[in-house]
Amino acid sequence: MTDTPKIALRGVAKSFGSKHVLRGVDLTVARGQSLVIIGGSGTGKSVTLKCIIGLIRPDAGEIDIDGTRLTPRNAGGFLDQFGMLFQGGALFDSMTVWENVAFRFLRGKGRLKRADARDLAIGKLRRVGLGADTADLFPAELSGGMQKRVGLARAIAAEPKIIFFDEPTTGLDPIMADVINDLIREIVVEMGATAMTITHDMTSVRKIADRVAMLHEGVVQWEGPVERIDDSGNPYVHQFVNGLPDGPIAALR
Amino acid sequence: MSQVLTAGQMFLAGIGRAVLGLCRSTGALVLFALQAVAGILVPPFYGIEFLRQMMRIGYFSLPVVGLTALFTGGALALQIYAGGSRFNAESAVPSIVAIGMVRELGPVLCGLMVAGRVGASIAAEIGSMRVTEQIDALTTLSTNPIKFLVAPRVLAGTLAMPLLTAVSDIIGVMGGFFVGTSRLGIASGNYIQNTLDYLTAGDVVSSLVKGAVFGFIIAVVGCFEGYNSGRGAQGVAQATRAAVVTSSILILAANYLLTEVFFST
Repeated sequence: MTDTPKIALRGVAKSFGSKHVLRGVDLTVARGQSLVIIGGSGTGKSVTLKCIIGLIRPDAGEIDIDGTRLTPRNAGGFLDQFGMLFQGGALFDSMTVWENVAFRFLRGKGRLKRADARDLAIGKLRRVGLGADTADLFPAELSGGMQKRVGLARAIAAEPKIIFFDEPTTGLDPIMADVINDLIREIVVEMGATAMTITHDMTSVRKIADRVAMLHEGVVQWEGPVERIDDSGNPYVHQFVNGLPDGPIAALR
Repeated sequence: MSQVLTAGQMFLAGIGRAVLGLCRSTGALVLFALQAVAGILVPPFYGIEFLRQMMRIGYFSLPVVGLTALFTGGALALQIYAGGSRFNAESAVPSIVAIGMVRELGPVLCGLMVAGRVGASIAAEIGSMRVTEQIDALTTLSTNPIKFLVAPRVLAGTLAMPLLTAVSDIIGVMGGFFVGTSRLGIASGNYIQNTLDYLTAGDVVSSLVKGAVFGFIIAVVGCFEGYNSGRGAQGVAQATRAAVVTSSILILAANYLLTEVFFST
């Protein structure tokens, strides 16, 4: 049982028209592990993530979660154990901060009393370093860093088993990026969750990752522990990690 | 020769592409509408969202719809009086205003105004939710965006529009009444009696059915365009424009078909 990977992808392919974004992605993430997918823009990182969540249906290949095959029919069931932090936060701007965080608890199966849901939301906000005074603000009234924190609080609100982070530090200043990285690491470790992050921020990679996968031209070019990224011996990883203009990755994409 | 042929082929290919594109988007719109209806019929239901949309689509459209109907009814009375006097048909003013407003202008103008006001705002709202990944975020929070966003709007549109149409009909007739009694010298008692004599229950029913159909069209098209919005501000702008244009044309086409169904003998 412990050998069953939390997430396993085999030969996942996806094309949009004549554009082959994924050409057979193989990846496994063990339970409680933090995998970071790196790669340039437009190399299919987001599409990979969206395939696992079920937002995009792959053309070919298999995705197993906890050893169970993901199909269009059961994709909805897995969502209960997922949490996701979106690049821009993706907070619902018609709702207050606490209603965003407690979204799952205000409707549907896990419904709580409004006051209880609010208390829960404030607890989660505190966990990501925001005071109770932010609870009644609207997302538009928050700074970018605070929106990321609220997004993080919403992602972890229902104690997910798997958390996805889509470019968690994009658009933040270096100090705020560092704070968010630390927060992500702490929370993932403390919740014992499996994490999958996509980013092109190397500082982020070194902070968050247990393992790293390099995606380029729709396939995983290299996969290994984070300690090895500086001496991976892989020309793609070498070029990307050091930000070199010359190498197998064309600068013009 | 081959040059001409290629140009000709390109022309034909262009037509073919346009036709295929039209078929594709029509099919997508119909499938979307079916999903929306399924979302209305199958739980979970989002009652608060529905009530919020009723307020937005119904209540807040009242001023626009009322003013449109008032001025149209008044202008109609003036026109019929001016035109009718050539045949000594001034006495037909109340009945023609009533029938014209209730059968045609009430629902159609109400539909077009709401398409501009509500259809555009639905498309812009859902379009920006698409662009900022809020729709994807809904899915990751185990919430079906069709049920949460689309179904309440479509249901509210379908139920609010007949009410708005009724208001539009009444205020339109009232506009004719004001002009008829104050400017054209028709006795108010006669005006009301004449209106009641000519207006049948069938006229009112057809008016309300048209309203419901137009409301459905406005909400479905607004949601559809927003839901499939392209990227960025430009994508949202295009979705908004497409929502207003498509729903306006569909309203006018549906109006013709419904008139055919109700009144052709």
